[in-house]
Amino acid sequence: MGKVFVAGVGFTKIAEHWDKSLEQLMAEAAAKALEDAGIPSVNSIYVGNMMGEALQEQAHLGTLLAEDLGLTGIPAFRIEAAEASGAAALYQAALDILSGRSEAVLVIGGEKLSDGLSEEVSSAMMMSGRQEYEGFIGADFYAINGLLYRLYEKRYGSDGIAMFPVISHTHAAGVSHAQYPFKLTLEKVLSSPFIAEPLRRMEVSGIGDGAAAVVLVGERLAEKIKSPKTAFFIASSTDYITPFERENPLHFQSLAMASDKVFEETKVERREVDFIELHDATSIMAALSLESSGFVEPGKAGRLAEKGEFSLEGNLPCNTFGGLKARGHPFGATALYQVAEAHLQLTERAGNNQIDSAKIGLIQSLGGVAATAFAILMKKV
Amino acid sequence: MRVPRYWRNIPFRYRLVGWRCNHCGTFHQTKPITCKRCRFRDFTEVELPKTGKLITYTVVRSPPKEFSFTSPYVIGLVELEDGTRILAQITDFQEDELREGMKVEAVFRKIRVNGEQGIIEYGYKFRPAIE
Repeated sequence: MGKVFVAGVGFTKIAEHWDKSLEQLMAEAAAKALEDAGIPSVNSIYVGNMMGEALQEQAHLGTLLAEDLGLTGIPAFRIEAAEASGAAALYQAALDILSGRSEAVLVIGGEKLSDGLSEEVSSAMMMSGRQEYEGFIGADFYAINGLLYRLYEKRYGSDGIAMFPVISHTHAAGVSHAQYPFKLTLEKVLSSPFIAEPLRRMEVSGIGDGAAAVVLVGERLAEKIKSPKTAFFIASSTDYITPFERENPLHFQSLAMASDKVFEETKVERREVDFIELHDATSIMAALSLESSGFVEPGKAGRLAEKGEFSLEGNLPCNTFGGLKARGHPFGATALYQVAEAHLQLTERAGNNQIDSAKIGLIQSLGGVAATAFAILMKKV
Repeated sequence: MRVPRYWRNIPFRYRLVGWRCNHCGTFHQTKPITCKRCRFRDFTEVELPKTGKLITYTVVRSPPKEFSFTSPYVIGLVELEDGTRILAQITDFQEDELREGMKVEAVFRKIRVNGEQGIIEYGYKFRPAIE
């Protein structure tokens, strides 16, 4: 992997935006990112979005966004990889720069879930599973997570797994762009109703609208522009859609492979990572992600969470602005929020959430139940 | 849901008929071109056993809209007699009857309803087996 840099980021608050369309939210985030980078235009646009067809009956978002930004004429496409669509768009954008075709690329992620009723959003979420199997019998995302949670409980016990939402909420408290910027106690998590037992309502991300954007630039342009920059590396891998057809359903092999690859390419050791932005769409996925990517021994994530290991002042801070659970999880936008937040950390603009002397951040983005995985490593420059 | 998509999958949904790789034994619900595990290209049509045990289960409480008529419902991970693991809805049980490890058997049931005008889809579920 050659040299790609993040040069600007922008995002909206995650909320129910009744007064703005999907397109308007994405344009708003994109304009902020361009402003942050201090450049008026780019060579191409990549859009990450999962549910445009299902909820807005809208495809062709790349070209629409180029028009909204006054950039008509440049190539612009939407990229899709379920809940990891934003990371997939970043992946393609990085390749565009590495190929030498583009010097500056705008990546925009957006999702507007409040355009659907909650059962319509649940239906649309089935698109990340195999419709002809899981979709047909109603084994939705939460059902699969509930089953994995049960298998985990049987093998290791579930102590501390419910701490992951508590940690994310603690970090989101006071964060202006977070959907749920308040603390949540473990008692509240454990007394919330089941969504698919043993998984509880307060262990899963909510439904919201949001858009985030990132400007990626090549080495030559990075030297010229003045905005703060971070180095950007990305790797990806896939696994079978249904976890129960994998060798070990409790191991996210896709995430293990993507992580290995990005560490190998950057010659960074896992112990050098200062913080991780996890894909905590559910508490159990947060735990399995940390264990699968080699940061924690299998079965130990919950207990380490209880000890404060993943809190802002812990040894390995996770979800420094609240993660998917508390900052929010507007699918196609999520990876862009993660990258934007990591960029703020590494350029010392993270305010109250700043981690001392953060030099290396890792971002994990998953499509479905880790059938698609991205590992993104960002470095201070 | 459109009719052709449903119709195409009837062998598995009605009778648990699928395809097993002649090299590594991996089961595929619809006839594959290439085995997902070993890339072998030769398969035998098999009918899966209709009995097995319930490995574990969960209850879906805020389902996708096609399932709101049957909410809440139970999704189980079932290990069939030949070791194949499949996901299935579990039905016809008494309250508190479900136990991990219990014997279950396949039954034919209504699965999904696609609105008032749409098709009603049928397929397999599993229920506690009489021991």
